[in-house]
Amino acid sequence: MSAGTTSHSDTEAARNRKFGPLYSRNVRAVVARGLMATRSSNWMVMLSGFFEPVLYLIAMGVGLGAIVGTVQGPGGGEISYAAYIAPALLAVSAMNGAVYDSTWNVFFKMNFSKLYQGMLYTSLGPLDVAMGEIFLALLRGLMYATGFTAVMGLMGLLTTPWAILMIPAAVLIAFGFASFGMGITSFMKTFQQMDWINFIMLPMFLFSATFYPLSVYPEYIQWFIQAMPLWHGVDLLRQISVGAFSPATAIHVGYYLVMIALGMLLTTGRLRKLFLK
Amino acid sequence: MSSPAETGPPQYVITAENLTKRYGDVAAVDGISFSVPAGEAFGLLGPNGAGKSTTMKMIGAVSQRTSGSLSIMGLDPDLNGPEVRAHLGVVPQQDNLDEELKVRDNLLVYGRYFGLPMSYLRPKADELLEFAQLTDKAKSKVDALSGGMKRRLTIARSLINEPRILLLDEPTTGLDPQARHILWDRLFRLKEQGVTLILTTHYMDEAEQLCDRLIVVDKGRIMAEGSPANLIREYSTREVLELRFGSERNASIGAELEGIGERVETLPDRVLIYAHDGEAALEEVSGRGLRPVTSLVRRSSLEDVFLRLTGRSLVD
Repeated sequence: MSAGTTSHSDTEAARNRKFGPLYSRNVRAVVARGLMATRSSNWMVMLSGFFEPVLYLIAMGVGLGAIVGTVQGPGGGEISYAAYIAPALLAVSAMNGAVYDSTWNVFFKMNFSKLYQGMLYTSLGPLDVAMGEIFLALLRGLMYATGFTAVMGLMGLLTTPWAILMIPAAVLIAFGFASFGMGITSFMKTFQQMDWINFIMLPMFLFSATFYPLSVYPEYIQWFIQAMPLWHGVDLLRQISVGAFSPATAIHVGYYLVMIALGMLLTTGRLRKLFLK
Repeated sequence: MSSPAETGPPQYVITAENLTKRYGDVAAVDGISFSVPAGEAFGLLGPNGAGKSTTMKMIGAVSQRTSGSLSIMGLDPDLNGPEVRAHLGVVPQQDNLDEELKVRDNLLVYGRYFGLPMSYLRPKADELLEFAQLTDKAKSKVDALSGGMKRRLTIARSLINEPRILLLDEPTTGLDPQARHILWDRLFRLKEQGVTLILTTHYMDEAEQLCDRLIVVDKGRIMAEGSPANLIREYSTREVLELRFGSERNASIGAELEGIGERVETLPDRVLIYAHDGEAALEEVSGRGLRPVTSLVRRSSLEDVFLRLTGRSLVD
């Protein structure tokens, strides 16, 4: 009955000390639960998430676009205003979806429905739960991105096969925001604090060169905008949409890889603090 | 009931030694030691804030101890959280059923959290719905269930992995008497099947009904340990005479009752006289010319044990 006396279980204990209490290699159970819950109750929310960028694209791209005409795209070529803002809207929707899923959704399940509390009384560890929730957020992001790209195609806004890469790139963007969002949510205690998230997201959406080029800003504001994550997403997808790549493309991708790494590090650290106390 | 005598020393499923949990300067659990043999119904009795739930969380491998040792089925919960939890069923103080899933799906999904295959879970879920008397609610939404039904579903859910140990934190708080009795009946059946029950409660009757053995905890420490009957025998008299003289007089009359029975306890709302024979004590009270507003002779309960040990009443 006594554990930890043989050398075998000693090494196992040493390994477990690192992740054992946090992780039980059962992310798919969390994913399966999420899919089941979506099927029975959440699909209206999902549908509205898909239509939001489409409505923006119609109002701003087609409506406003009629008086704007064509603008200069990333490669230097002239493209329609709708084609100019569509990839930016995709980046925004990837951000919004991922942030909603990893902040409000997680906040509610952590503090009110006590869903995670129940999960953590099983073999699941907090890392299983976190990775499962992030995976679900990305799955949803993938569906939105695919749908939105299809809409762009139907509206005649796609001119290059490269554009298909917008889909995985949007998932990359979602991953960056989701991993960070979850870590940040773990600090939140009240609804008032949660509102700060919107306070940051809205200006980021409006000013990250979403509707006009970065060059309209004075240089110091340009630097500030370029430090923000959404701008990298907007510019990345805009480049991909016309197949005009530059060294900046690698920087954008790199920015998100670093963001994902830091976000996961933050989230894991916070989970350890919150659940292994 | 099989006696463990012929198999040598009892096989302990839980052993705690000097178990301590501190939050900053406050010791929620302050060096408690106990062992629970397989198949026992073991209770933690104490008022709110005594450290019962904290102890349960440490046993449940969701809270790490500050010091001392703890072994669950031979495993250290701090190091082997998922493995320990695989042996446990947990019924938390507040129901935390998955409101987004239907009744039967709650069982299936919970089983998957343990990594159990669907081929095992489907028949098991039906069996547990039967056990919880919820078969006709299988496809209902969780929020359509009554409080008692939710509690039974929570218990059914906690059994999905066929746990060797079931942790019940205040299992019947907030339920009406009928729902409580149904629940107790279900818990008896589990005990008959050999499941070790660990439960916290601040209801005396619940502890007396369900527990083979219990510890009385207060301020993170163990005040006494034993079977309900032994604790009552050791710390109280056979009967108790409860007298009410009206809230003004209860306090002042204590002195006039001195010498009746073995001990007199004055509470804000009543006076308790501990005596072997309650009726005789009541006659003695009348003999001294004292006229209580109401009087009641009852058997001693764990409530009296608690009062004796801590000087305070258990119920809030």
